Amino acid sequence: MNVKILGAFGALALLAACSTPADTTSASAAGAGGTMGGAGSVTPGSQEDLVASGNDRVFFATNASALTSDSRGKLDQQAAFLSRYPQDNVQIAGNCDERGTEEFNIALGQRRANSARDYMVARGVAGSRVTTISYGKDRPTALGSDESAWQQNRNAITSVR
Amino acid sequence: MTQSGISQMLLERRRLLAASAAFGVTPLLAHAQGAPVSGAQSPGGQSPGAQSLGGKEITVDGARTSPIPIAIPPMAGGGGGTDSLGRDMAGVITGNLQRSGLFRPIDPAAFIGEAPADTPNFQNWKAIGAQALMTGRVESQGGDRVRVEFRLWDVLPGTQIQGTAYSTTLGNWRRIAHIISDVIYERLLGEKGYFDTRIVYIAGSGPRDRRVKRLAIMDQDSANNRFLSDGTWNALTPRFHPTRDQIAFMSYANNKPRVYMFDLATGRQHILGDFGGITLSPRFSPDGANIIMAQTRGGGSDIYVVPTSGGGGRQLTNSGAIDVSPCYSPDGSQIVFNSDRGGDQQIYVMGSGGGGVKRISFGRGQYATPVWSPRGDYIAFTRFGGGTFAIGVMHPDGTGERILSESYFVEAPTFAPNGRVIMFCRETAARDSRGAGYSARLVSIDIAGFNERPVSTPTDASDADWSPLLG
Repeated sequence: MNVKILGAFGALALLAACSTPADTTSASAAGAGGTMGGAGSVTPGSQEDLVASGNDRVFFATNASALTSDSRGKLDQQAAFLSRYPQDNVQIAGNCDERGTEEFNIALGQRRANSARDYMVARGVAGSRVTTISYGKDRPTALGSDESAWQQNRNAITSVR
Repeated sequence: MTQSGISQMLLERRRLLAASAAFGVTPLLAHAQGAPVSGAQSPGGQSPGAQSLGGKEITVDGARTSPIPIAIPPMAGGGGGTDSLGRDMAGVITGNLQRSGLFRPIDPAAFIGEAPADTPNFQNWKAIGAQALMTGRVESQGGDRVRVEFRLWDVLPGTQIQGTAYSTTLGNWRRIAHIISDVIYERLLGEKGYFDTRIVYIAGSGPRDRRVKRLAIMDQDSANNRFLSDGTWNALTPRFHPTRDQIAFMSYANNKPRVYMFDLATGRQHILGDFGGITLSPRFSPDGANIIMAQTRGGGSDIYVVPTSGGGGRQLTNSGAIDVSPCYSPDGSQIVFNSDRGGDQQIYVMGSGGGGVKRISFGRGQYATPVWSPRGDYIAFTRFGGGTFAIGVMHPDGTGERILSESYFVEAPTFAPNGRVIMFCRETAARDSRGAGYSARLVSIDIAGFNERPVSTPTDASDADWSPLLG
């Protein structure tokens, strides 16, 4: 666990431009979890491990699929995660906020998922390990109807399969 | 719903179909003096055109501003169950005509005297302002057979406009009431009605982050609602085959979102085509031989045409952008679709072979979900921008844009088969971070932008598709 966390910080240090307060917080939270979970409540390489790392999802601007530097940092850590756990495969699910039409949003969610996947593959992850799906606007994380909910719901979420 | 539940339901459906093919339809001779013999004809033949009421020509446009006052007393029964059946049928017909916004059924409390069986006392109907009068009779023919006769009268001259008798099974009574409603609509307005139709839609339930979306079907008046899938896998965007009892829809079955065909008679479904990407937004060609739909690829999606019978698809667009929501013109020669190839979502028209792409939406904001009217005269769409969404119509060349309804969120219009009414989905915003206050319901509206009304469904509802006339 400690090795993994050091690895995560290492990746952050390499991507000097990408370090944001959010990333630091996430990494710290994961560190705390690692300490508390010393008895092994979170299996390394598991879905819970990925979620606890705070790097399981990237966010997009309205109607966009371009990766921000913050998103690239998170995807780098996902790539590192997959490299540490070669038995893992992942699914990337693209999602949209509720302020769009259903059919277009399915295609837009897929565009987001593919954007994240293409980046990971460019970082050396075997394409066969990454599947994609789009839920359009049908799987919102945040249930409100405001700007902050919409921001959270424009994402690509990676999960261990 | 369990598989056996679906089978049971489909058996009922098959019985219904079998029965409908066996409608006995008999023209009734005119009862009133001076009634034109040509007035006593059965539906299904040539369109008889608009009837002038009291010597006044009625059109849909005229009826919008001044709905036709019509009296619909209970149909006379012959004792037993037929009395209540006669009341129920009059109720269904009254509801249909009322909801159209083009008729003003007169409150039965105002009726003078008893419901007439044969030749009415026209003075009593004139006195309450009725221009049209429907009378009818329901008779048991033994077993579950019934004979339903109805007459439509022009009150001022006191002449019969239409007289028809139907013999059928009891279970068909609602359909007979819808068919009679369509005859009244057509005889008085000169255009086909849309009452003997169904709506296929997506029934939504549960919290939004774990939303269950089931395929569902109901009559256009919300009766006979049935769920066609059990919600194990979410379903989206169902669309009727133009003639057969089949539905094309998108299913997340096995976490592989693809377009499927669903057979109403057997309850079976099968995947359509063999595509690597997500396939979505299917619609049948007007002859039912093909389906157009989109397939995602890379950062976009392309439009394909696929034979309904199966086999390989043919790619029609290759823009690298998102091309979705294709819909044929009623003559099958053109396709309207949604694309962000110009940077944001707009509506484009192209030939059915894929060439000659032309943008037609140029108003403020973005446009989506185009659907061609069965009459060919309009394309309905969703327009959004500036924080609101709207349903509107424009001519196929992009002119004559008109917004019908605007709110926090609306989308996905579908036309009634006569092109006079649109149904769409309206969502309300959540009030709090737990999603309270969110809803998705169906709404109908006249294409002139009046007579907006909620469509009753047992659960949240979206993705409506209006069937052709069952006929």
